[in-house]
Amino acid sequence: MDHQFDVAVVGAGVVGAAVARELARHHLRVVLLESRHDVGAGTSKANTAILHTGFDATPGSVEARLVARGYELLSAYAPGAGISVETTGAMLVAWDAEQAATLPKLRDKAAANGYAHAEILDADAVGDAEPHLGPGVTGGMMVPDEHIIDPWSTPLAFVHDAIANGCELRTSFSVDSVQIEADSTVLTATDGRSVRTRFVVNAAGLHGDELHRRMGFDGFTVRPRRGELIVYDKLARPLLQRTLLPVPTSHTKGVLVAPTVFGNVMLGPTADDIDDKGATGSTNAGLDALLAKGHRILPALLDEEVTAVYAGLRAATEHSDYQLSHHADARYVCLGGIRSTGLTASMALGEEAVRLLAAAGLTAALRPTDELRRVHLTALGEQAVRPYQRGGTIVCHCERVTRDEIVDACSGAVPAHDLDGIRRRTRALAGRCQGFYCMADVCALAAAADGRTPHDWAGLA
Amino acid sequence: MSDVTIIGGGPAGLSAAIELRRRGVRVTVLERELQAGGIPRQLPHPGFGMRDRHRLTTGPRYAAGLVRAAERAGVDLRTGETVTSIDALHADAIVLATGARERPRSARLVAGDRPAGVFTTGALQRFVAQHGRIGGRAVVVGAEHVSYSAVLTLRHAGCHTVAITTTFDRHQTYPALAWATARRVPLHTNANVVEIIGRTRVEAVVLSDGSRIECDLVVFTGDWVPDHELARRADLPMLAVAKAPVVSDDFQTERPGVFAIGNLVHPAETADVCGLDGRHVAPAVLDWLTLGRWPITVTPIEVRAPVAWASYDGRGITLRVADIVHGRIRLTHSGEVQWISDQGTWLPNRSITIRRDAMKFTSRPFDDQRLLVDVLR
Repeated sequence: MDHQFDVAVVGAGVVGAAVARELARHHLRVVLLESRHDVGAGTSKANTAILHTGFDATPGSVEARLVARGYELLSAYAPGAGISVETTGAMLVAWDAEQAATLPKLRDKAAANGYAHAEILDADAVGDAEPHLGPGVTGGMMVPDEHIIDPWSTPLAFVHDAIANGCELRTSFSVDSVQIEADSTVLTATDGRSVRTRFVVNAAGLHGDELHRRMGFDGFTVRPRRGELIVYDKLARPLLQRTLLPVPTSHTKGVLVAPTVFGNVMLGPTADDIDDKGATGSTNAGLDALLAKGHRILPALLDEEVTAVYAGLRAATEHSDYQLSHHADARYVCLGGIRSTGLTASMALGEEAVRLLAAAGLTAALRPTDELRRVHLTALGEQAVRPYQRGGTIVCHCERVTRDEIVDACSGAVPAHDLDGIRRRTRALAGRCQGFYCMADVCALAAAADGRTPHDWAGLA
Repeated sequence: MSDVTIIGGGPAGLSAAIELRRRGVRVTVLERELQAGGIPRQLPHPGFGMRDRHRLTTGPRYAAGLVRAAERAGVDLRTGETVTSIDALHADAIVLATGARERPRSARLVAGDRPAGVFTTGALQRFVAQHGRIGGRAVVVGAEHVSYSAVLTLRHAGCHTVAITTTFDRHQTYPALAWATARRVPLHTNANVVEIIGRTRVEAVVLSDGSRIECDLVVFTGDWVPDHELARRADLPMLAVAKAPVVSDDFQTERPGVFAIGNLVHPAETADVCGLDGRHVAPAVLDWLTLGRWPITVTPIEVRAPVAWASYDGRGITLRVADIVHGRIRLTHSGEVQWISDQGTWLPNRSITIRRDAMKFTSRPFDDQRLLVDVLR
């Protein structure tokens, strides 16, 4: 039996990581439990990487409130933590008369959400702003304060920050059973390990509904919404100035074309409601649909090389809003039903978790600022000064990742477990050649760093 | 004395450097890898050096021979040097020799999971060369020369190749090579891998006809794309399908003083053809350095389907067809037929060459004239 914690946060995606970070700033013993081998390796790794103003959220919803607050918090936190953020702005593009007619309503909605800088443009102005758009634009709306963000470094920075301030991390800890006792709860993993904790925070994302039921509650069911994405080569980046958003429908924000902080261009996501929580594969139908959309929005994009294709699952439920609740009897807080806006809202959800825990009976004072440690990761964005620019041996040529970065990624407080983990920490292998040149070298460096074999790292053992 | 900077230390770049040194030019080769020699370094089988060094040898020996020759000739060979823009270089002439890579799975938009066990030939060969045996069953996607090189590497790595797939109705390599390496491997023609199954490790692939092949590895071979980042960032005009910078018959690009050679301009020829490019470019570089001679415009060779693209190489013009085609390859210069091949069957992914000495015209440059390559059926 592990020693007792005040709070166990279940799920080390971007939300759980932000909650753990916030709790670690208090006089609390915190443990972060993650079922996978690595943090940020589920829904969070396949995000559209946009830091939303929340201009198009449903006014009055929990989501709208937390996205707006999260936007402020993360914008302020990111630069000091080494999370790359770029202010590109976004533009909604209307492709028919009906969509153009919707724009004033969206501007009013933005105003209701406290966002006053949205500006409606006519078709000519849209064309001037983005000369590579396909023909047939009927209008647009500029949202100058939308940002793009590094979605991989965000949960990593939170976890590093939490650990630096005393939080413990247990990876490969898949909660199998929950035993709620008089004044504490025991969470036991499939491999037999267990932790005893006074309070539990559910940030289990796709599996949040399952944990919610094990804690004795009901009220929402996660039905994964799969979003497929195509990432284009950096040579496509000059084709657009800012994120190009569709005029949203009730079902989804639709397919967007967005620059990434790594200098690529992303096309997606699709939105398919599916049943399998492990179905993160892409589909031919989905890719065809994206190509058709991409061809309409930015025709020249399709001539560029594709560097990556992936699919992420969002934890959609039968409800449109986040499913947040607190339960004093079970000493339990649930953060459920959080979809793609969770990245933006993450730090606000950290604050919200503290409030909900207080409502459930746990209060703890903030530790003095001079006692808190801050973590600074090496920024991965193209706008940052990257290690290779200060000298250092490049191993991954497409993304210009140095040997030291790869070694560092495989050691430290939150080491990578596989090539995907190295990719999220350094960008190595994320480029146009997908390992044609450097995969063998990356495996050799990783193996030397942690003692496993190159075959282990390549997933071939 | 003038300075030439060559970017890329593979067969093309090193050959150009050696030839320029022989002519007394000061040459620096910038190679981003820690070892020069390029792709042949990772190909342990014979088949290198025939056309340029007149001696058949293995890839690593061929690469090592070129590096030694360059060092002996006094080339300033710098490894671990990455160039991010040619604008920052101080040189009287720049030769881009950045090579080509195979399109990986993502660039081919193959749907499905993203398990471990998916390689390009290049990634596989380097992995096996460094880390040894892999084992298991493999599917090889593509049936061109390099695909059979992948089969050899797989055998060396203890893998059993269970299928080779090609979108055409036959393989596109030498029958002897296919027989020697893969005579017992089923060749799935008119088939493409459209999906990969397996969440952590590859379990199977799905072909375009819906059939499923169980396997542990998938190797995507060929389908070469130039490493053209520097050329693109320098705004050099590009050939549409080849995605290679447009060059003259002396490998001059649109920008005076900037040459492009090797598989950057013809993705992909064998190493020895890239070596011949290097030899051919040297006198043109010297002309530029001494006389400042440069064409007013550099005109792409026009093509008509089913010719996919045509560019220059050290032998003359090299081209590719997009489909299997029967007929006569024809070269037209300003409306006048210059050269026509015998009747033949032309295969995609196979190098088709129009030799310099087979062309009637000898004067150059063709600044305002157009070359057209098509097929007379």
